[in-house]
Amino acid sequence: MFKILSNEKIAPRIFRMEIEAGLVAKKARAGQFVMIRIDEKGERIPLTVAGHDDKNITIVYQAVGVTTHRLAEKKQGEHLLDVVGPLGHATELGEIGTVCCIGGGVGIAELYPVAKAYKGSGNKVIAIIGARNKELVIYKDELKKISDEFFVTTDDGSDGEKGFVSNVLERLIESGQKIDLVYAVGPGIMMKVISDVTRPSKIKTLVSLNTVLVDGTGMCGSCRIEMDGETKFACVDGPEFDGHKVNFDEMIARQSLFKEQEGHACKIRGIKT
Amino acid sequence: MKKQSPKDRIKNFNEVALGMSEEEAVKEASRCLFCKEPKCSANCPVEIDIYRFIDAIKNKKFDEAIKVIKEKNNLPGVCGRVCPQEDQCEGACILNAKNKPINIGALERFAADWELNQLSAISSSAKGETSPATAGGQLSAKTGAKVAVIGSGPAGLTCAGDLAMMDYKVTVFEALHTAGGVLVYGIPEFRLPKEIVKKEVDYLKSLGVEIIENFIVGKTSTLKELFAQGYKAVFIGTGAGLPSFMNIPGENLNRVYSSNELLTRANLMKAYLFPDFDTPINIGKKVAVIGGGNTAMDSARVSLRLGAEKVYIVYRRSEKEMPARKEEVENAKEEGIEFHILTLPKRIVSDDKNFVKAMECIKMELGESDASGRRRPVPIHGSEFIMDVDTVVVAIGQSPNPVFLKATPELKLGKWDKIVVDSKTQATNIKGVYAGGDATLGNDTVIAAMGAGKRAAKAITLHLSILNAQV
Repeated sequence: MFKILSNEKIAPRIFRMEIEAGLVAKKARAGQFVMIRIDEKGERIPLTVAGHDDKNITIVYQAVGVTTHRLAEKKQGEHLLDVVGPLGHATELGEIGTVCCIGGGVGIAELYPVAKAYKGSGNKVIAIIGARNKELVIYKDELKKISDEFFVTTDDGSDGEKGFVSNVLERLIESGQKIDLVYAVGPGIMMKVISDVTRPSKIKTLVSLNTVLVDGTGMCGSCRIEMDGETKFACVDGPEFDGHKVNFDEMIARQSLFKEQEGHACKIRGIKT
Repeated sequence: MKKQSPKDRIKNFNEVALGMSEEEAVKEASRCLFCKEPKCSANCPVEIDIYRFIDAIKNKKFDEAIKVIKEKNNLPGVCGRVCPQEDQCEGACILNAKNKPINIGALERFAADWELNQLSAISSSAKGETSPATAGGQLSAKTGAKVAVIGSGPAGLTCAGDLAMMDYKVTVFEALHTAGGVLVYGIPEFRLPKEIVKKEVDYLKSLGVEIIENFIVGKTSTLKELFAQGYKAVFIGTGAGLPSFMNIPGENLNRVYSSNELLTRANLMKAYLFPDFDTPINIGKKVAVIGGGNTAMDSARVSLRLGAEKVYIVYRRSEKEMPARKEEVENAKEEGIEFHILTLPKRIVSDDKNFVKAMECIKMELGESDASGRRRPVPIHGSEFIMDVDTVVVAIGQSPNPVFLKATPELKLGKWDKIVVDSKTQATNIKGVYAGGDATLGNDTVIAAMGAGKRAAKAITLHLSILNAQV
């Protein structure tokens, strides 16, 4: 059993939970994820480690389906039945130069530890974060603090500039800004567009994929993606991949496999989707 | 042995084979000729004294029967159900001459179930902690060295149980949230109820085995860290968890599953109880299961129970070459699963939403014998045809799980990343580290894994006594 130390709403439908999980916390590195299960009837879902110290880990999630809604109802002092990890490869660090870190939606929380780690290993960090509107912009102060340059975009222009994260990236590239690496995490379509933007100038682009997982250890193959015609497993080969090689259309289509079932489960529980 | 009728059982996940009554078991045991040199035991990978346990059942000494089995086998309820007895003990029975071998598997299951029933009767009346009446080990604190077992499948559990009985302090590390490995995620409820696995795991705990779930050696801790924590020997039983695919076009379409995914969702996560349980499964009306092994049969029968109207087995060789147990093939056929033998999938066809719409196959014929001694299937030119399916399950095998192996580059691997071991001792190239089961064998049986776990336990005992003498 894993004790919930806090579970707070940080934006509409977005929650941050701190969990006591010493073994995972000691080993967790930026870019890795955990699998959690709430209780006996729960499903196993992957969540990126958004922060950790020696004893506890932080996860940030959006209440979109049955499991995340059930998570949102959990109170401080209650427990999760299972937390396992850290899984996936950690982000490769080192002196790269200028790293442009891009996050969209709840992916901004996942971006934070990675951007911080890039900064910590001596790189210049340009952060670009985007959300639908002002209320959904999370981790703004935290990211601003650790980046050399910082941009916010919203779909409606209620915070930062109106438009998408990809617009800012395009502008930076056009202005001749030297970028050695682009790191993107967020909705599939955002990562696809970012990869398309960097392709002509051949800027190395890493994307952190959120695929459907069951075990998270290479067993089920639910998370398989196509990379340059070859099948890879996001859980054990990733979750970070070369954005220029990922078949995003297939990846995005695969995310709809259980849409009908999930819709049904939400409906009978009275969860609005 | 009585079975649920096919008509009923395809609508539920309850056990198909219903077991024997006391009268039936005694009657079956009484048919045994009690050979002077029993061939059955010689053909048991874990060397159960079959003669003695059948004799005990014949004399209605059921407690004695299970005691005899547990001298060698800590998972009798599992083995009685899933061992390929026809190739082992029963296959060697002298009564095969009359085509009526003793149903040793059913008798083993009977003895195991008899004990589990006794125990639950005791615990429900006493409401306290009960130790199995026939436990071979001691519940007292262990005095021996610490041994780590990685993976709680049949190989790991067997190794752990044998070492605990030798008074070693054994910790089993399990990556998933439930102990049992393939016994819980792979083999379906209707062939091996999870309650049976749980009870046999509880029995091992009663012998002093500690099991830590949600712990991935290679991620949560490394092999080196285990030794640094004071473990004196390690057994690797990480199984063959990485599913193989065919590498044909369309394999990443929606509703193409690996057998591992289908079975894990259904068995471990209980997707058949969705939405009461949260894990979904999306099965269409017409399912093609590719492969001819037990996993393919399990996948087909699970698909049927999840509501598919038509389920096909698609296998590139003929039925004779199928690696599945005969009994499982028969069960599948009784349930209405159609067999498309000598058929090879070429591509999976998509609808406009990236879901499976059909599968193109080609007919095969048998040519010359290949390295495995089986006749090689060869495509018949121009025989392509379209199979009308909306779900495809790929059950063509697994290779060893990579998580631990990647984190342990010093471990010597062979073909298909199987861990290289000494066949007598299960020792790897690293001192004090042993391995067994599908991590070394590929896709083999539960009992073969258990045999390896047993050999390793013996070798570890020897290794530790030498270490001890050196101190």
